[in-house]
Amino acid sequence: MNNRLRILRAERGWSQQDLAERLDVSRQSVNAIETGKYDPSLPLAFRIAELFDQAIEEIFVSPSRHSSKAI
Amino acid sequence: MVSRTPAWKRYNWRVIWLSLAYAVFLIAAVYGFKHQLVTGPAAYVVAILPALPIVGIFGAIGRYLVEEQDEYVRMLMVRQTLWASGFTLSLATVWGFLDNFQLVGHIEGYWIVVVWYFGLAIGGLANKVSVGESGC
Repeated sequence: MNNRLRILRAERGWSQQDLAERLDVSRQSVNAIETGKYDPSLPLAFRIAELFDQAIEEIFVSPSRHSSKAI
Repeated sequence: MVSRTPAWKRYNWRVIWLSLAYAVFLIAAVYGFKHQLVTGPAAYVVAILPALPIVGIFGAIGRYLVEEQDEYVRMLMVRQTLWASGFTLSLATVWGFLDNFQLVGHIEGYWIVVVWYFGLAIGGLANKVSVGESGC
């Protein structure tokens, strides 16, 4: 799933490790989510959204909306 | 291979202790049978002893999956075990038919565990290929 995690992290000057520690997950998890290789569970997506003080849909691009726009 | 999370460290310690128990039980069982020290029902108990720590390792893997708090790392381990199980079951099935038609030699059943561990390595490689750096 496409997302703005890398941008939000870079805006705050955080490394992947910094973000991982704030979310209490591994750096691999952050890397996998950022690169769209892993879609986080809803609880983790909420934790991410709350950390950046944004709504989930402001961080993660809805796959259905993304594909319908492409059509 | 998964991250060094607290759950992973606990899993490693369990595997180390179980491996030590396996070595001790195996040496004791081999010695006992070689010197004909065990007979009757006790022989069954002694013969099974080395298998118990191996069963324990499967339990440790299950425990790890329950305890792992990092959902992504847990998912990687689940994928690894699925690869291992699929690989082992497939190989056992193929070998079973080859054995049945006497085209290959018979293999002791406990080798299935060795194959399964090899399958874990294949699963780790599959993770690495599919998710790259995130699968380290």
